[in-house]
Amino acid sequence: MNLPFSIRFEKRTDDVPKWLPAATAIGSVVIAFLISGIVLAFIGGEPLRVLKFFFEATFGNWAVFSDTLVKATPLIMIGLACSVAFKMKLWNIGAEGQFYAGAFFASLVVLVPLVPPDAPKVITLGAMVVMGMIGGAIWGFFPGFLKARYNVNEIITTLMLNYVAIFWNNFWIFDKWSDAGFQMTPTFPKTAWLPRLADLAREYPVFSGITLHVGVVFGIIAAVIMWWVFKRSRWGYEINLIGDNPEAARYAGLNITRNIILVMMVSGALAGLAGMSEISGVVHRLQEKISAGYGFTGIIVAWLAKLNPFAVIIVSILFGALIVAGREIQPAGLAYLLQGIILFMVISSDVLLRYQVRIVRKEQETV
Amino acid sequence: MADTPYAVEMKDIVIRFPGVLANDHVNLTLQKGEIHALLGENGAGKSTLMNVLAGLYKPSSGMISIHGETVNFNSPKDAIAKGIGMVHQHFMLVPTQSVTENILLGLDDPKFIMNLAEYDKKILALQDQYGLKVDPTAKIWQLSVGEQQRVEILKTLYRGANILIFDEPTAVLAPQEIDDLIQTMRSMVAMGKSIIFISHKLQEVTAVADRLTVLRKGVATAEGIRVAGVTREKLAELMVGREVVFRVEKKPQKAGDVILSVEGVSAENNKGIKALNNISLELRKGEILGVAGVAGNGQSELAEVITGLRPCTGSIKINGEEVANQRPSKAIKSGVSHIPEDRTKVGTAPNLTITENTIMKNYGDAPIGNGWSINFTEAREYARGLKKAYDILAPSVRTMARKLSGGNLQKVILAREISSSPKMMVAVQPTRGLDVGAIEAIQTLLLDQRERGTAILLVSEELEELLSLSDRIAVIYEGEIMGIVDAENADINEIGLMMTGTKRSEQ
Repeated sequence: MNLPFSIRFEKRTDDVPKWLPAATAIGSVVIAFLISGIVLAFIGGEPLRVLKFFFEATFGNWAVFSDTLVKATPLIMIGLACSVAFKMKLWNIGAEGQFYAGAFFASLVVLVPLVPPDAPKVITLGAMVVMGMIGGAIWGFFPGFLKARYNVNEIITTLMLNYVAIFWNNFWIFDKWSDAGFQMTPTFPKTAWLPRLADLAREYPVFSGITLHVGVVFGIIAAVIMWWVFKRSRWGYEINLIGDNPEAARYAGLNITRNIILVMMVSGALAGLAGMSEISGVVHRLQEKISAGYGFTGIIVAWLAKLNPFAVIIVSILFGALIVAGREIQPAGLAYLLQGIILFMVISSDVLLRYQVRIVRKEQETV
Repeated sequence: MADTPYAVEMKDIVIRFPGVLANDHVNLTLQKGEIHALLGENGAGKSTLMNVLAGLYKPSSGMISIHGETVNFNSPKDAIAKGIGMVHQHFMLVPTQSVTENILLGLDDPKFIMNLAEYDKKILALQDQYGLKVDPTAKIWQLSVGEQQRVEILKTLYRGANILIFDEPTAVLAPQEIDDLIQTMRSMVAMGKSIIFISHKLQEVTAVADRLTVLRKGVATAEGIRVAGVTREKLAELMVGREVVFRVEKKPQKAGDVILSVEGVSAENNKGIKALNNISLELRKGEILGVAGVAGNGQSELAEVITGLRPCTGSIKINGEEVANQRPSKAIKSGVSHIPEDRTKVGTAPNLTITENTIMKNYGDAPIGNGWSINFTEAREYARGLKKAYDILAPSVRTMARKLSGGNLQKVILAREISSSPKMMVAVQPTRGLDVGAIEAIQTLLLDQRERGTAILLVSEELEELLSLSDRIAVIYEGEIMGIVDAENADINEIGLMMTGTKRSEQ
């Protein structure tokens, strides 16, 4: 090729401009949509119509947008759970299991029961929140302890504990708490339901049928708290230091053992809270397959959000929309195609953060 | 001379990085069969200039010609094709592969079938030619640092280099290995190769080079002057821009109460082999106790057991309080500060800012620590103060630690460790790899601490440094103290004997 210019990648010697990571993330999503459109057109579809349908089915009106937010809710909490662990370079891929553990422990409040069945709603829900977080934290504690004490690879232990949690749940819902032979517990009493906007339909008819529940508020509060932890707190500084150089952290007198366990427990607690929010806000009982792979999608969310808590919220909404769209669009695989391409784009756009592109005219080259 | 073109001619080279002029109209000429030293402090622009010659960077302006032919390198490959080879300071070798495999790595030949035995022979022949002995079938991890460097040199020679750039080759070598390397370099120029030798060690430069070029802050303060007839003092002045005192002034001072007492301490190294064997010593207020020894005789482990980073048996008391086998935070709270041997792997966090690195040990104390939170405005103010007081050269306190040069990184560590007003300081190789200006600054800081009454344990491999700074010198050999002598009337031969394992006779 004999172009009048050449494109060159040069290693960045200066700092990355602040806006660039956000710009590349947004650019990646846009390009992912473009590529998916091309693929669609190639197989004989109508990309523009599908795109229009995609937006209508996910952001088109309050009802579908509420569905999108409902799907985004667990992703926010799990995205945060992964972010805090990844900050310290602890590869917790057990959010799925921690989610189930949280759901199980929260259910105990109703099923054992831990609070009297006629207890006020606030008490029941409060107990469920606490139990859900404890359940997730316990599931995070074991890999954390093994990592801190015996340097057991947390990727393996967290991954394996996913299956333990899922089958532990199955044992109880298939056998002990089965509702008339179905693989689910009986529906929880209303006092164990997180308030929904639809509950207000009598006073405000616009909210009729809107399924959005208080869980999303939990997610936003958690994001604000985690932002403060990362940016302003002593503990966040410790996480950063240990994540960047554990040797230096040990030399500076930080207790690494304690921090590994603590981070894994906080990570687990956030995922456990997502589990509680899902059973109390959406399904209202403990049953099989309460997670649409949230524990794994959350890993992608954390990564795309570059571990920034507020970005986690935005990315979660996008991925929530993809889950909703996967239900509405045929073939459903299209949503996964988009997810895959987005991830691919974001990861490859990292090149722009590490290198700068320079377009050099040919005549300039001979210095 | 005029009719034979220079092996390398670099003319008016300007390299601009955002905000920095790394090289400002630098000229450098290398004659065929010559050793040309490139001298300068850390960050003076030596490596940048050589990276241009090796094809890694493109200059903003300037001209390069090789053997009289103007060249324009777009990648290191172009430079290699013109016979330029760089021996890097940090080796680029695959530890699990053999010497021959490492040398062949990246070449087009052999293409598919690896007949290694045949290549082993070729490499042996090349070794004989230059006197670079190393077993071609040995794996890299089995080799000493000096041998690994020989592999690096062989790599460039095998690729047909006739212009070799050595980037601070002696920084990692033991004294005997340095002599071997100098021999090798001499035999290479005798066979018609040309060498550029980057260094900041003045003795070596005067011993080995024919001519030299000195860089200071990107500007050449001497271009291609003859080494013969230039004094060390003059060179140091060219590098630093002012007169350098080679022996820092140490005031006589009486040592005070015992701060540290080590009794019967033994410990193992990372491989589980005994590294310290029943060590006992005392360190007093306002005293510098030097620890002399050949590298790897237990010095690092001694520093680590005192600072709580390594478990041990025996007793270590600081101000009468037992600190052995406690957490590192215990030693820090007892007023022990520590300048670790490895600045980048232990002393700092590379992707954290200067601010975050300076508050590593006091982030919990007011006014920086405030309950559960950190006041980053205060932290930055604190870091700015240290940056100014310790003359740390960096664009701002938000600069990441990994962007700092070795000397500036060491100043960040010293600033942090001294500002805690320590009762005792463990300094391990605080000046290793630094240039004369930074060495002087750091030695002066240590002596200031001594005057303030800090007890200092100074581990160093530079005997000269130990003799000029210490009050007493303990010599360590295979984890045992061979003897402790007064620095003032120490007999260098006696210390040398102890360093090689002869116990001091009781008089």
